[in-house]
This record gives sequence, structure tokens and C-alpha cells, in this order.
Amino acid sequence: MDAATVPSADPIQRYSFPAADCSRIPYGMYRDADIYALEQERIFRGPVWNYLALECELPNPGDFRVVAVGDTPVIVNRARDGNVHAMVNRCAHRGAIVQRAIHGNVRKHVCCYHQWSYELTGKLTGIPFRRGVEGVGGLPADFDMAEHGLQKLRVEVLCGVIFGSFSPEACPLEDFLDAPFVAQIRRLFHKPPVVLGYQRQRVFGNWKLYTDNLRDPNHGGLLHMFQITFGIARLSGRGGATLDRDGKHNMSWAAQGARPEGETPQADAGYGDTGRGDMDIRLRDPSMLRYHKEYPDDLSLTVASIFPNCAFQQIGNTLAVRQIRTKSADEFEIVSTYFGYDDDDAAMRRHRLRKANLAGPAGLVSMEDGEAVELVHRAILRDLDEHSVVEFGGRGPVTDQPNLVTDVPMRGFWITYCRLMGIHAGPANA
Amino acid sequence: MSNLLPLELHMQMTLLFEEYARLLDEDRLEEWTDLFTEECLYEIVSRENVQQNLPLSLMLCDNKNMIRDRISALRQANIYNIHTDCHVIGPIRGTVGEAGYEASAAYSLFQSTQEGETRLFSVGRYHALVIERGGLLRFVRQRVIVDTGAILTLLATPI
Ligand SMILES: [Fe+2]
Repeated sequence: MDAATVPSADPIQRYSFPAADCSRIPYGMYRDADIYALEQERIFRGPVWNYLALECELPNPGDFRVVAVGDTPVIVNRARDGNVHAMVNRCAHRGAIVQRAIHGNVRKHVCCYHQWSYELTGKLTGIPFRRGVEGVGGLPADFDMAEHGLQKLRVEVLCGVIFGSFSPEACPLEDFLDAPFVAQIRRLFHKPPVVLGYQRQRVFGNWKLYTDNLRDPNHGGLLHMFQITFGIARLSGRGGATLDRDGKHNMSWAAQGARPEGETPQADAGYGDTGRGDMDIRLRDPSMLRYHKEYPDDLSLTVASIFPNCAFQQIGNTLAVRQIRTKSADEFEIVSTYFGYDDDDAAMRRHRLRKANLAGPAGLVSMEDGEAVELVHRAILRDLDEHSVVEFGGRGPVTDQPNLVTDVPMRGFWITYCRLMGIHAGPANA
Repeated sequence: MSNLLPLELHMQMTLLFEEYARLLDEDRLEEWTDLFTEECLYEIVSRENVQQNLPLSLMLCDNKNMIRDRISALRQANIYNIHTDCHVIGPIRGTVGEAGYEASAAYSLFQSTQEGETRLFSVGRYHALVIERGGLLRFVRQRVIVDTGAILTLLATPI
């Protein structure tokens, strides 16, 4: 066999990023199971902070939720000392799932297989028949229970938002998030939140096609026609993208007043002959579209995507955190936690629930993303060394973007991704 | 049970659900809309939220105009996976309630692609409140509680 046709043993040698600014992304990064396995180690368990849950989901000691970091199931709970702890949901004995419920309140976590029990801090405290029967059988006398707790994650909480990290090398959470994203979390959680419910969506594509989607403001005004038509965010409106210092996070934003309510949509020359710029669709009940201003600024749409696993969404008054849970190279789940504030009156609560029609797997503004991700994932099966083209907003440095006609934030994600994965981006001889 | 629907009404209820499923499967969504009264509720909600007493739905139309808007958005604006639906609705339990006739039934919803690949898309249960209007049974409320809360790909067409 020709050496060139043998896949390299090291998966990151299989594909090339010909441009240092990540304006070309090899399709293989989205389909290769070995790349996926490496991501679990170097991205999700790497020096990053993963969104886990909200503190308001765990008001009392013993409250827990089972979430995921990449594809690792993780228990997040509040312990007796009032602190939040996170640990891998896998028994230190034989590797079984310990907590089988996805949420609840417990005194301790007990593995059903051999009844090993763990404190809410992850510490192993109980092993039945540890000393055997009348001194015969059981574990060796020198078995050290302190060495067999659940694997713990570091936890940091910002404004009631819980993040976890597997890595001792992850910098402090606020440094990792950087000022604009700390500010955005403070903005969305400036008063106590209340969970309104969850939505889940299984997408049969690679998880990075979704993180790309979140960092591609350009598609919003082209794919999501409901949004174009009803002036939620037109590409020619006031909007942009704000990045952290590395460019790995992205907040796509649009400001209120793109079009006054009730005004007829104006044809938009930028759409050319696509037929998408001059839609004239009217809603019989437009009350859902109204934005009741609730922050000091005039941002009516913000989607803050934080590397690697989450996005904080404000679509008008619909607020949610989306957690990406990977399943394989070819499948991921989006688990969205919708929230309001505990001082919402009945009218605001109802408005948030109705406006939730815009978002999620059935979202009038967002349903297209599931289809777009799968279209790409299916089409790139072959030609894994061909490349995705990322040049809207220009090549070169990754910086804040003054409008929505850009996919520069996508490149920012990939630059950090390559650094963590140990991938050299740029000409081979550079 | 004494409050079960009389046979004649039970048959009408069965025919209503048959029409409901057929209109959806034949993509006659505008006619499907006509099975609702003006003041109505159409809601798709996950079992996960119902069990936790959480109010969030996957799809919520709390009047008939919102249902009409959903359908016209699907027709004119939204882009979604091209598919054919096949609803299989199980036996209906119909009872006489205070506000009308209550009806519940399990469903399976299969989706097929243009190339004839079929997947089980959703299973769950309908919880309906139905009244008689001009000699016809019409939905005042259709609450779809989905067991398949992890929506496969996306949820565009009604269940
Ligand atoms: Fe999108």
C-alpha cells in the first residue's frame, strides 16, 4: 500500500489546516472518531471551564443533577456544607453509573451494583461487608477508602452559574471567560433566576458544526427567515460580534429598534436575487414578538457562546443556557435550561413561555440549525481533507466585529481548538 | 366507569382523532387547524417538564391565531428536514368532563425521508378537551405530552 494512503497513527497528522488564521477547516475534523476521542481528553477535560448547571437548580443540600462534560456523565450537587461539588458519575469500584436518576435529592450517592456509597463531596464512605463475614473475605486490610472516591472536578461559580474543570491547569474562571463574558453572565443573572423548564435536542452531526453555527452570525439573517421577516435581526441591522481576548468565545448581538413594530418589512438590497430580503409575511398574533426591555442596554438579542460547551441565549425575553453534550463524532445533544426571574409577574412569566416558541428544537427562529448541521455532516463524509471556507469578515486577526456579516468568531474557536489539540495551523513549512 | 363517553360519541371522538392524524400526515395543515376552536390551546410539552411541574413547552399556541401563524411560518419561512409523517394513534379513552369531553390516547409518530428511510420520531400521549360546535367535535385543548423529549433533529410539523 502507498504510504500516502495509510491513515497516520496520530489522528492530528491526518488533516491539514493550510491557513494559520483557520480560514480553512478540514472536513476530517468533523468525522474522525479518533479526533473525537482526543477532544474528550484535550478539549473537554483540558484547561477549560465547562458549564455544568445553575445554582438555583440545587437550592438545598442533597439536591443533584446529572449533566455531562463532553460525553462524561457528571453529578453536580450541593453538599451539607452548602457548597456545590461536581464529580464523575462512575463508581470507583467496578465503573458502574452511580446515580441513575437525572435529578433529585439524596443524603448520599449509592451505587446499586455493590452498594458502595459516596458523600455529596464524592468521598467514599461505605462498603458493605468490607471486613467480610466473621473476618473472612472482604477487602484487604490495607485497602484505602480515601483513594477510591468519585473523580472530582474543580468547581467555580459566577453569579449562580456553575462551571467545572477536570484540569488543574485551567486558569481562574473569570480570566478564562474574560471581561465581556463575565459581564454578560452578570447581566443575565443580575437577579435570582427561576428555571422554567428544559428542552433537549439530538442532532446527528458533529458537535463542532454547532459551535461553528453559534459563531457564524452571518447565517442568522440568511437561513432563519422568520427572523429576517419579522425584523428580529436583519443582517443590515445594528449588530455585531464581541469576542474575548483569545477569540474562543463569541457573543453575537443585535440591538433593539431594527424595525419599529408594525412597520412593513423593507426590501433589502444586500439579499440580491435570493428572494429572501423582501418577504412580506404577517403574523395574526404578533404579541409574542414584543420585547419588554429589561436590561439597562438596548440589546434585544444576545447569544454568548462560551468555549467549549455552552451558550447563554437572550432572544428578547426568552432566556436560556444551552449545554452541548457530545455523544460521538456523529451525534450530540443540546440541553437547554430556560429561566426567568423570581420577581417576574404573571404577565411576564406568560410572555417568556410564549416567546420560547422562537427558540429550541421547534423554534421559529432556530429550528433550521438542526437541519443545517446535518446537511453539512452528511455531505462531508468523503473528501475529509477538503476544507470549509471561513472568510466572511476577512482573513487574519480575530477581533470584535462591527456587524453581523461575519464568521470571524468561528476562526477564533478553531485557533484555540488547534492550540489545545496540539494541531499546527498554517503552511507545513512554517 | 359511568362517565365514559356513550358509544355514539366515542365513535365521533375516534373519527375526530382519525381526521386529526390524517390531515397532519397528508400535509393538510391548514385544514388540521380548523379542528380547533378560536379560543384554544395547542401545546407540545416533554414528560420531563411535566413531571417536574415546569411550565416550559416545546411548542405553545394559546389561541387559534398562533396555530395559524405556526403553519404559515412553516409554509413560508422555516426550513426543515423534508419528510412525511405517519401518526399511529392508539385506542382513545373518552370521558364526559365538566368543561367538555376529555380524550386521551397514546401515539407513535414515524417520519420518513424522501428516499423512504423511516425512523420512529416521537411517542407520547394526547390529552384533549373537546366540545361540540355546530354538530362537530372540535379541540379546545390538545396537550401533547412527549416521552421522546430529546427531539430528533428538530420539531417543525405538529404532532
Ligand atoms: Fe442559527
